[in-house]
Amino acid sequence: MALISSTSPHTTVSNNTGAFMRQVIYATLPGLAVLTWQFGWGTVINVLWAVVVALVSEALILKARGRPVAFYLKDYSAVLTAVLLALALPPTSPWWLTLIGVSFAIIVAKQLYGGLGMNPFNPAMVGYVLLLISFPVAMTQWIAPGEAPSLVQSWQLFTGQLPVDGLSGATPLDTFRTLHSSGAGNESELASHGILHGQFAGLGWEWVNLAFLLGGLYLISRKIITWHIPVGFLAGLALPALVAWLIDPVRFADPMFQILSGGAMLGAFFIATDPVSAATSRSGRLIYAALIGVLIWVIRSFGGYPDAVAFSVLLLNLCAPFIDYYTQPRTYGHDKPNRGTQS
Amino acid sequence: MIRTLFRSRSRKIYDFHGGIHPPERKDLSNGTAIAAGPLPSQLILPLNMHIGAPAKPLVEPGERVLKGQMIAEPSGAVSAAIHAPTSGTVSAIGPRAIQHPSGMDAICIVIDTDGKDEWIERAGVADYTELSPGELVDTIRHAGIAGMGGAGFPTSIKVNLGDHQRVEELVINAVECEPYITADDRLMRERAAEIIAGIHILQYLLNPRRTLIGIEDNKPDAISAIKRACKGCDIEVRVVPTKYPSGGEKQLIQLLTGKEVKSGQLPAQVGVVCQNVGTAYAIKRAVIDGEPLLSRVTTLTGEGVRQPGNFEVLLGTPIRDLLVHGGVDPDNIGRLVMGGPMMGFTLHNPAVPVVKTTNCIIAATLEELPEPPPEQPCIRCGSCADVCPANLLPQQLYWHAKNDDLEKAQHHNLMDCIECGACAYVCPSHIPLVQYYRYAKAEVRQQAADQVKADKARQRFEARQARIDAEKAEKEARRQARLEANRKKKTETASAPTVDTAALKQASLEASKAYKAAVKAAKAAEADNADNLDALKADVDRLKAIADKAKAAVRDAKEAGPAAAPAEDIVGKLKKQVGDASSAYKTAVKAAKDAEANGDDNAAELRAKADELKAAADKLKAELRDAKANAPATPATAPQVDPVADLKKQVGDVSSAYKAAVKAAKEAEENGADNAAELRSQADELKAKADQLKADLRDAKANAPATPAPAPAAAPADPLADLKKKVGEVSSAYKAAVKAAKEADENGADNAAELCAEADRLKAEADHWKAELREAKASAPAPAAPKTPPAPTDTPKAPETEAPQALTAVDPEVAAKRQKRLKALKTAYNMAHKQYKEAHAALERGERNGDIPAEELNAMQQKVDKLKGKADVARDALDALVEEAKADIRAHTGKDLKTLKLEAARAESALADKQRELEQQRDSASEDTLEALSSELQALEAEAQIARKALKQAVEEQGLQD
Repeated sequence: MALISSTSPHTTVSNNTGAFMRQVIYATLPGLAVLTWQFGWGTVINVLWAVVVALVSEALILKARGRPVAFYLKDYSAVLTAVLLALALPPTSPWWLTLIGVSFAIIVAKQLYGGLGMNPFNPAMVGYVLLLISFPVAMTQWIAPGEAPSLVQSWQLFTGQLPVDGLSGATPLDTFRTLHSSGAGNESELASHGILHGQFAGLGWEWVNLAFLLGGLYLISRKIITWHIPVGFLAGLALPALVAWLIDPVRFADPMFQILSGGAMLGAFFIATDPVSAATSRSGRLIYAALIGVLIWVIRSFGGYPDAVAFSVLLLNLCAPFIDYYTQPRTYGHDKPNRGTQS
Repeated sequence: MIRTLFRSRSRKIYDFHGGIHPPERKDLSNGTAIAAGPLPSQLILPLNMHIGAPAKPLVEPGERVLKGQMIAEPSGAVSAAIHAPTSGTVSAIGPRAIQHPSGMDAICIVIDTDGKDEWIERAGVADYTELSPGELVDTIRHAGIAGMGGAGFPTSIKVNLGDHQRVEELVINAVECEPYITADDRLMRERAAEIIAGIHILQYLLNPRRTLIGIEDNKPDAISAIKRACKGCDIEVRVVPTKYPSGGEKQLIQLLTGKEVKSGQLPAQVGVVCQNVGTAYAIKRAVIDGEPLLSRVTTLTGEGVRQPGNFEVLLGTPIRDLLVHGGVDPDNIGRLVMGGPMMGFTLHNPAVPVVKTTNCIIAATLEELPEPPPEQPCIRCGSCADVCPANLLPQQLYWHAKNDDLEKAQHHNLMDCIECGACAYVCPSHIPLVQYYRYAKAEVRQQAADQVKADKARQRFEARQARIDAEKAEKEARRQARLEANRKKKTETASAPTVDTAALKQASLEASKAYKAAVKAAKAAEADNADNLDALKADVDRLKAIADKAKAAVRDAKEAGPAAAPAEDIVGKLKKQVGDASSAYKTAVKAAKDAEANGDDNAAELRAKADELKAAADKLKAELRDAKANAPATPATAPQVDPVADLKKQVGDVSSAYKAAVKAAKEAEENGADNAAELRSQADELKAKADQLKADLRDAKANAPATPAPAPAAAPADPLADLKKKVGEVSSAYKAAVKAAKEADENGADNAAELCAEADRLKAEADHWKAELREAKASAPAPAAPKTPPAPTDTPKAPETEAPQALTAVDPEVAAKRQKRLKALKTAYNMAHKQYKEAHAALERGERNGDIPAEELNAMQQKVDKLKGKADVARDALDALVEEAKADIRAHTGKDLKTLKLEAARAESALADKQRELEQQRDSASEDTLEALSSELQALEAEAQIARKALKQAVEEQGLQD
């Protein structure tokens, strides 16, 4: 008999990193469905295309790095990156936009740093920011809620055969920011823009965000993520928004509008929770996510961009190691936790 | 109300962080009653089934043993006895594969069983309260009981805390949280009463305020059995929720008491003692039934076992026999685990025995416990941190351990990891995290050990440096003082008492500075808990003594008037010196002869030495004559003899002795000799003496008129007798030389010609003396002026007939024998030392690599200790022999080796000092002074040679060259 010789423990849970990633992908499905309902098939097409691009990029770069291709493709991390990035892109995105963003995210933001587990920045957000800076027009052309183009139109948008202009419309966040930056931000003006007044928040987007919230709650229930990052994120966004809105409800959007607009829920449950680039201790994650939330509110309210999930996440990715050093838990048998980098 | 509140509070089950819920798999084996294990044909009993020193065998191969007979006794405080689990014959005591992850061998007692199961007489005590706690602890110790839960810590230590330690809670660990294992479960169900009886004994020993039994809620039958058994007694049964690792000692203590055991401390320090339920059972059997620990309940389980269940297995039963007994198809199992699936280790060799800590054997199929999946990258998901019972950040520890960043790993409290495996269990990337931590921990331990070593070396170096600096300062101060004194002497021709207080003050200052530095060093060392504290303290004391002496000297100098030094019996002293010198000479001659006879290379050298000694002896004799002549002229008023010269000589002697002593002490320290402190204190005494004498000398110089050389006396006391003696000596030397030359010639030695020449020279000298004797005889009635012996001239004459003779004859046979023994012992010691070194290196390697668990390291440690002991014994024997030789030297020369060494060194350095002085004064001093100095120099030269010779001879005689 050839006995196995290994160190303890001799049994482990049956799940693996690939399963973990797949769960996250499944959890995006409600959000994807609502995006499709509101904005047409563009997002679905882009998600599928992004997955293809991601797998090919990952395979090529793994091959170039001399790593086992099949083994690493099975961890689904590239697929998840592609899905998250594609979900963040406008549904009007042409194929080349997705291609550039996803391949950059996989090759540069992830693999050139050493692959899964080694990347200091969230790859999807690196890809997103690259596109936002390089192609600001293409990246801000959303479709007016409820005016979803047909599958053919979506395909034509994807292949670039159909000009975007005829279909595009502003998002609630865009509308709100434009009103204020043009100096027209008074009560009657705000009231006259229907897009700002959906059931709970911005029209259409409230459903998108609620769908991502649903997926996020599924992740928490499956213990794929803990509550710390989403709660910190949303609190960090909502609390300053609440204070500011109580002070000046015309100048500042209300907290409900904030957390149900743009990429708030996608960011809170799917982007900021990327464990590789986030802080790792429980209290560290709270702090990390809360700072992301605050930063989003600051940029949305005072910055040059209508939304700011990507920038905020990347900035806090930078701070994560530092946060980790100051948020070690108190170890059993110790009076107080260790702080900083030196004992 | 408050009371009930308090009660309900104290009954609370606390929680600990993390924990996991792996599949329990306990139903595989908990359905059937404990059955008897196999009676194998052979039992293998490792001497180290517990943590601590291995037991010491009491039996020899071939000896018949009875069941329950002690076959190995505890060999130290932390150790446990071993008993024959059944009757049979000891067939071997030697290395066998043992229960260790590495599959290594260790010394075991092997018993061929005879199947009769014959007991020795058992002496149980029905009422244990008749025994004192001390006796009970002894019973437990000699029953070989060690923690049955897994660690195997000798129980007698844990139940013997001493009166100062108040035990708040006695916690009985019946949690059995690892999957698969049901040994404690079945034990509690079937033998609850005996367990409770054992707990009562523990209560009697520890006198705890509360006794708590912690049982996981997945063992309802065991809970009810225990609850039934302890009805009406002061034992509280606490049901804890099923969660791994609730059975960890620290976790259970936290669960039941809410107390945390501080990092690096023992539970006893928070007033808790934790014992396994199986241990309590074993204590009952040992105390009340008089049965030592011979067997234990072991779970045999896994899907590869046809009839899984619990067996009462004799200690030493090979796993193979147990597997056969349980119906295991060897081809069907993929993994064999000793212990639980979370913390157990895989076995490669089913021949290893069941030991006191073997609570479970899992014979798992490949499907049940498959090969671990390949390791994927860590994505820092934090699942590990969520389950860590120590509340660590395993993902960060992993990162730092993998990068060998041990400092950061320690900052993340790596050393608090209990290696429970919860993190690795939940890791979605299947990273063998525990293995990384084991590695990093071993590295940390190794680094700490290296650090301690380096610190010690540094402290030694610093202490040495401080000492050297202090000595330098002293020397410099002395030199300054001497220069000052000389200058003063030159400028002040008057006899005013001018003690150089300035120089003394300077010396005093230096000394106290050195002392303060040493105090500081010692304090620092104390703060560091350094090992060489004693040495440093001795240093401090020494320096303090020096400083005090220096201060006293300053005081004395200030107070001292023209006080004169006490007179000395110069003649007596000289006589003694003459005696010493001539006997040294004789021994030297003999040595030279021996050397030549043996064809030694150094024969020529020895001969030259003999000559030198001769010259010295002659010189001394002349001096003696002078002194004798002077003596009657200057009876009791000794100071006028020449106190200055005398004192100078004394100072020279003492200070060179001091230097020699310092040197010896230094060497001893460097070699780590035990008598280093002693030598140092000796050196201090000498120093003090030297200082005193110097002060005296200064005083005397101030008092005495500047006439260094003693005036030649009027008449010698008895020149004839003296001359006669001289003639005898020289001629005997000559004879010896002739003989040596002859022998050398016969042996074809290279130096034969040289020896011949030497013989001729001696002959000439003898003739010269004879002539002188004749002359003296002729002028006998008239008091003749003594002549200083001239340099040997070439006046050949006949040899005399007197055999050379050493002071006391040394039996060369004895010396040779001793030399042989010395050599043999030295070889033995070297071998033992080498073995020890190798074992030590192996141990260090083991600790560094970290793949060896604590028990094994302990075993290795013990081996190292044993070898060290052996080496020490050999060294002691060697030392004893050397001492013997030294004693012989003492017997033969009237001095011990140390004295001889000191004398030699003293003479050498006095000579060097004198030479220096002469050099210094050459330009400045008057001709008289120079003359006096050169004559002194000669005398010292001779003295040094004598001493050197004597030492060499003594050493060689006793075969102590090495």
